[in-house]
Amino acid sequence: MSAKSFRFISTDRRVREDRRFVAGKGRFAGDIVLPGTRHVALITSPYPAARILAIHKADALAVTGVHYVLDGRELAGATQPLLAGLDTPKVPRRPLAVDVARYAGEWVAAVVADTRALAEDAAEQVAVDYEPLAFVLDGEEAFAPASPPVHAEHGSNVLLDRTFTWGEVERDFSESSHWLSLRLKWGRSSTVPVETFAVLASWDPWREILDVFASVQMPRFPDQIALALKLPGSGVRVHNDVDVGGSYGVKRGIKHAVLAGYLSRRLGFPVRLIEDRLENMRGGDGHGPERNFDVEAAFDERGVIHSLKLRALDNVGAYAGRSPFQLGKPIGAIVGPYRINSVQYRAIAVTSNKTVQEAVRAFGQAPTNFALERTIEEVARHLNLDRLEVRRRNLIRAEQFPYLIPSGTTYDSGDYHAVIDKVLARADYAELIAERDRLRSVGLLAGIGMAACLEPSGANSTFEPLLNPNNETTTYADSCRINVDVSGAVTATIHTLSAGQGHETLVGCVIGEVLEIDPDCIRVVRPDTLASLPSQSPVGSRMAIMLGGAAFHCAQKLRQRLLAIAAHDLGIAPEQARYENGNVSDANVPQHRRTWTDLVTLAHRHFHRLPAGTEPGLAFTHVMQVPTGGKLPTPDGRVQMYPCFAFEFHLVLMTIDPDLGKPAFVRYFVGHDCGTVINPKIVRGMTMGGIAHGIGAALYEEFAYNPDGQLLAQTFMDYLLPSAHEIPPVEIIHHVTPSPHTVFGQKGSGESGYLGAPAAVASAVNDALAPIGLVANSLPIKIAQLGDMIAKARNS
Amino acid sequence: MRIDLSVNGELHALDVEPRTSLLDCLRERLLLTGAHAGCEHGVCGACTVLLDGTPVRSCLMFAVQADGYAITTIEGIAPGPGELSPLQDAFCETHGMQCGYCTPAMILAAHALLIRNAAPTREEIIEAISGNICRCTGYAQIVEAIALAAERMRGLNQPASQT
Repeated sequence: MSAKSFRFISTDRRVREDRRFVAGKGRFAGDIVLPGTRHVALITSPYPAARILAIHKADALAVTGVHYVLDGRELAGATQPLLAGLDTPKVPRRPLAVDVARYAGEWVAAVVADTRALAEDAAEQVAVDYEPLAFVLDGEEAFAPASPPVHAEHGSNVLLDRTFTWGEVERDFSESSHWLSLRLKWGRSSTVPVETFAVLASWDPWREILDVFASVQMPRFPDQIALALKLPGSGVRVHNDVDVGGSYGVKRGIKHAVLAGYLSRRLGFPVRLIEDRLENMRGGDGHGPERNFDVEAAFDERGVIHSLKLRALDNVGAYAGRSPFQLGKPIGAIVGPYRINSVQYRAIAVTSNKTVQEAVRAFGQAPTNFALERTIEEVARHLNLDRLEVRRRNLIRAEQFPYLIPSGTTYDSGDYHAVIDKVLARADYAELIAERDRLRSVGLLAGIGMAACLEPSGANSTFEPLLNPNNETTTYADSCRINVDVSGAVTATIHTLSAGQGHETLVGCVIGEVLEIDPDCIRVVRPDTLASLPSQSPVGSRMAIMLGGAAFHCAQKLRQRLLAIAAHDLGIAPEQARYENGNVSDANVPQHRRTWTDLVTLAHRHFHRLPAGTEPGLAFTHVMQVPTGGKLPTPDGRVQMYPCFAFEFHLVLMTIDPDLGKPAFVRYFVGHDCGTVINPKIVRGMTMGGIAHGIGAALYEEFAYNPDGQLLAQTFMDYLLPSAHEIPPVEIIHHVTPSPHTVFGQKGSGESGYLGAPAAVASAVNDALAPIGLVANSLPIKIAQLGDMIAKARNS
Repeated sequence: MRIDLSVNGELHALDVEPRTSLLDCLRERLLLTGAHAGCEHGVCGACTVLLDGTPVRSCLMFAVQADGYAITTIEGIAPGPGELSPLQDAFCETHGMQCGYCTPAMILAAHALLIRNAAPTREEIIEAISGNICRCTGYAQIVEAIALAAERMRGLNQPASQT
C-alpha cells in the first residue's frame, strides 16, 4: 500500500482514554467492590522445594471475621490443572501447591476474611509443617540429567528440547573463512506493572454464572477459568470494561482467577484477591525469560555472516505455563534484520525451583535481539572492522522485500539502511564519536551503543503448533462490531481489556476514517465476554493491525450498506452512488442525495424502501484472521510466524563513572519504522516506555536469588524500576515503510523500544569498556558489577 | 479511633482502626479511589496525596496521623464534573500517561510543584516526579505535560500579545 494522506489516521489526535485517568476516574479492578465482598491473603512456602506435611488451620479459623482456609488438596480435588502451552501432563500447575511446594513464595494456602487486614492477620496463624527437599536454581544445572527434577513424575526438568535446522548450516560453516562462538546471558527480570494483579470473582448460584473483574491481559482468559472450574464456557463472564494498570504482557492472572472463582463458589459470596507487592514479585508467576545463549557464527573476511548456530536455554521456573512459547516466537525473526543464509536453533526450556515465568513484552524476542546484536559486534571485533559497517553489509536491502528468512517467515517490508542513515544524520555521527572521545579524554569511560532490531507484530500464535504438535491452532482472530442506532449515533465494540494502549482511540479513529465522520462522535464500548466476539487480547503488538483491521473492515461493510440503500432509494446503479462525509449522492446529479439521517431512517424504519433481502437496522460485525496466517508449520519447522515487521535502530552515547561504575546517558536516538502510524502520541509513548523498560532490563532490574533459593528482590528497594532520573530524553526519528498486509500500512508498535534498548545499552557499555579490555556478555549489567569489573581491570 | 479528616475541603468524621493507612481509608471508607496502591512501602508513589499542599505517600501514613491536615486527592483537582484543570488538560494534550494507574499521583506531584514554582526547569520537573514510578511512558510525555501546563498557566490572564 502506498503512502497516502488520511483525514484522521496519522494526525496528532488526543487519546480519549486519558480524560478519565487524569481525573482519577479510571476503573481499575481494585476499585470494584460488590456487596458482601470478602478478601484473600496467602500463605506461601518459605522453601524452594519442600513436601507439605500438614497445614494447621484451627488457629486462623478461630479469628473472628475469618471465613475459610483453603489448601491445595481441596482445590485440586475440585478443579482441573491450569492450561499449559506444551503437552506436559506430569507438570500440572495449580493455584495452590499440592503436597509439594516448588519455589520459595509459592502459594500454599489461602485465607478468606472480612477484610484484607484480617486475612493477613489470620494467615500468620496458619502453621505449615514442611520437609525440605533438594532443589535446583540454575538453568544449566537443571538441564543436567543428574539434577533433582522439580516435578518427580515428569522425570527430568526438560520441558522442551528441540533443534531446528533451516538451510545448509554445516556446509555454510565449512565454507566460511571465519567463525566465532560466545556465551551470553539474559537475566531474569519482568515488566512489573505499578498495579499488581487484582481479581474479584462473584458466583451467582441462581443464574449459575461466575462474574470476574480482573486486571488481565490474557488470551482465552474466560475459557481457561471455565476449564479449570469445570464450568461451561458460558458460565464465566469476564468484564472487559475494567482498566488495567499496566501489563506489558505479564498480567495473566489465571491462577488468581481460578482461586478466587473457586472460593466464591464454595463460600457463596464475592471474593477479592489483590496481590501485595511481595505476592506479586515472588508468587505472582510473572517473571520474564532467564536465558542463556550459546552462539556460533560463520562469516567471511568482510564480516558477512553466512550461518548461525544458536542454543537458547530458558529457565522457566517451577511450572509450565505459556512461557516455553517465548522460545518459539523469535523463530519468526531468528536472523533479525540480517541476511543470514542458514540457521540452526536449539530451543531448551527447563524447570527450576524459581518463580514461574510468564509472557513479558516482546515474548522472548528482546533477549534474542540482544544475542544477535552482540554477535554482530563480536564479528566486527574479531575482524577489526567497524560495527556499523558490518551491520550495513549484513542488513537486508530495501529492494529485497518481501524477504524470506531461513525459518520460513517472509518479512513484509522495510528500508533499514534508510532508517539508519536518517538516525546518523540526526545524531551527527561523526560529532557523536568526537564527543565520546572528548569524554574519554577527561577520564570517563564512554561508549557509543547501537542496535538494529525487529519488532514482529500482528501476533499469530503459530508458535503453538510449531512447538506442540497436538495443537493445530492456525488463527488468532480479533473482532469489531458496529451498530448505528435509530438516532444515527455510531457505537463500536472492543472485546478485550486494555492496559494503556489506547484501543478506544484506535477504534474511533479507524471507523471515523472509513466513514468520514468525526472519530470523537463514535462511542466505543466493551461488552462483557459473553456478549463479545472473538478476541485474543492485546498481545504481540497486534491491536493496530488486528483490532484496527477488524474495525476497518466492519466500517467498510457499513459504508457499503449505506451506498446500497442510497442507490436503491435514488433509483441509480450502485456504482453511480458516491459516499462523502456520511452522505450518499448520485455521482451524475450531486443534488440527488440521501443524508446520513435519511439513510439511518431508511435502514431502521422504512423497510419497504430497502433493497430486497436487506436486514433492517445498521448492525455489522467483522472477525478478522491474522494476515498471512492460517498455515501449519512444515515438518522441519518452517512457518510464517507474524505478518508485519517493524524496525528500530538505536544509537546512544553513554558514560560510566570509572570509580562508581555508575552509567549515564549523554544522548539517545532511535529511528523507528512501524509503517503508517495511526496515532502519533500513542506510538511515541509506547516507544519511549519500551526504551525505559529496556534500560531497566539492561542496567537495573533483576530477580536475583541467593544460593538458598530465596528471591532477593522482594521490594522496590531491591528491584529497581527506572525513575525519571534514569531515563534520558530520547530523540525519535520516524520513517514510514507501509506494510502491504494491513489496511493502512500500519505495523505494530506495542513492544517498540524494548526490542532494541537492552542490546543498544549492552553495545554502549561494551564500547565504553573496550579500552580497558573488558567485555560484558550478561544482562543486566548493574552498577555494582560494573564498578567491580572496572576496579579489577584497573588493579591487574 | 475517631478522627476528623479534611479531604478536598470537606470534613469527614470517621471511626478507624489505628493501623488503617491513609490510603486504605481514602479508598475504602471515602471511596476516593483515585489514589492507588502500587508497592505499599513508599517507593512507587502511586498513592501520593497532598497534605497541606505537600505530596506524601498515603501508604506510609496512618489515617489517624492525617487528622488536622488539609488533604487533597486527585478528585479535588478538577474544577468541576467533566472539567479539567490546566495541568490535567496538559497531560491529555501530550498524552502524559498510558495505563493511567500512576497518573493521579503524577498530577498531584506536579500540581504541588507548579504551586510553588511557576516556571520550573526540566531538572526541577524531573526532581518533582522522581518519587513517582511510571512504567508505561518513559516519563518524556509527562515532563512535557508539566512544562506545557506551567507555560499555559503563566500565560493565564495575560494580554494575548504578551503570551
